[in-house]
Amino acid sequence: MATDFNSGSDLKRVRGLGSAKSGVHHWWLQRVTAAGNLILLAWFIASLILLPSLARSSVLAWLSSPLVAIPMLLLILSTFWHARLGVQVMIEDYVHSEGRKLLAFIALNFFIFGTAAVAAFSVLIIAFGGPRG
Amino acid sequence: MAEKRPLSPHLGIWKWQVHAITSITHRITGNGLVFAGLTAFAWWLVAAATSQEAYDIFSAFAGSIFGWILWVGLSWAAFQHLLSGIRHLAMDSGWGYEIGISRLSATWVWIGAVVLTAAFWALFLLAGPGGI
Repeated sequence: MATDFNSGSDLKRVRGLGSAKSGVHHWWLQRVTAAGNLILLAWFIASLILLPSLARSSVLAWLSSPLVAIPMLLLILSTFWHARLGVQVMIEDYVHSEGRKLLAFIALNFFIFGTAAVAAFSVLIIAFGGPRG
Repeated sequence: MAEKRPLSPHLGIWKWQVHAITSITHRITGNGLVFAGLTAFAWWLVAAATSQEAYDIFSAFAGSIFGWILWVGLSWAAFQHLLSGIRHLAMDSGWGYEIGISRLSATWVWIGAVVLTAAFWALFLLAGPGGI
């Protein structure tokens, strides 16, 4: 016998008030960003090894190429997005008070978007003509 | 029933096995990578974009003993989380739930992470930039 995964009542089904059809969205994005991280991190690790040095002049020269700045921006997007989803699950598992959970989600989002914005803007400054200092 | 039987989950009677340790390590390394790794990554980029003085401060930290402990730790955490994540992706497809295969794949995650960390630093120090 096939398992009936539709756990809603008949009345609920008739009224069309079932799931919002977005239950796997979080889970799926965690996997998509994982695949993104895998590719982009492999590129980043290889790039670190291929850099002649980690002196600032060498890093600036490297980052000023669009072929480096674009994957770096994608790396920031993919890793920070994956991080946000992952830490959210940890908070859901360990923080049981609704108030504290809400505060933790807000703190997480401030941290993720703030740090990602700072990182992305730094790449853009270097890519678009270099820092003044 | 007269006999009191243990209920699950009952933390006191868990036997830690490699797949369980791999699972919780995935979470610990993931969160470490977020709060230590991404923060350090952003600091590096900001320092490069700001000024030579800012980059010198980053470099002084990065080249210190504490910095080296952090980089080696983060690189191991990244490889551990990456291999453990690939194991998760494989298990998402329905592969590897048999107890022997699950134990074997979890064991190989640990071996692989150490091998990749050692390989990365060997390449970095011998064929790459050589230092921070």
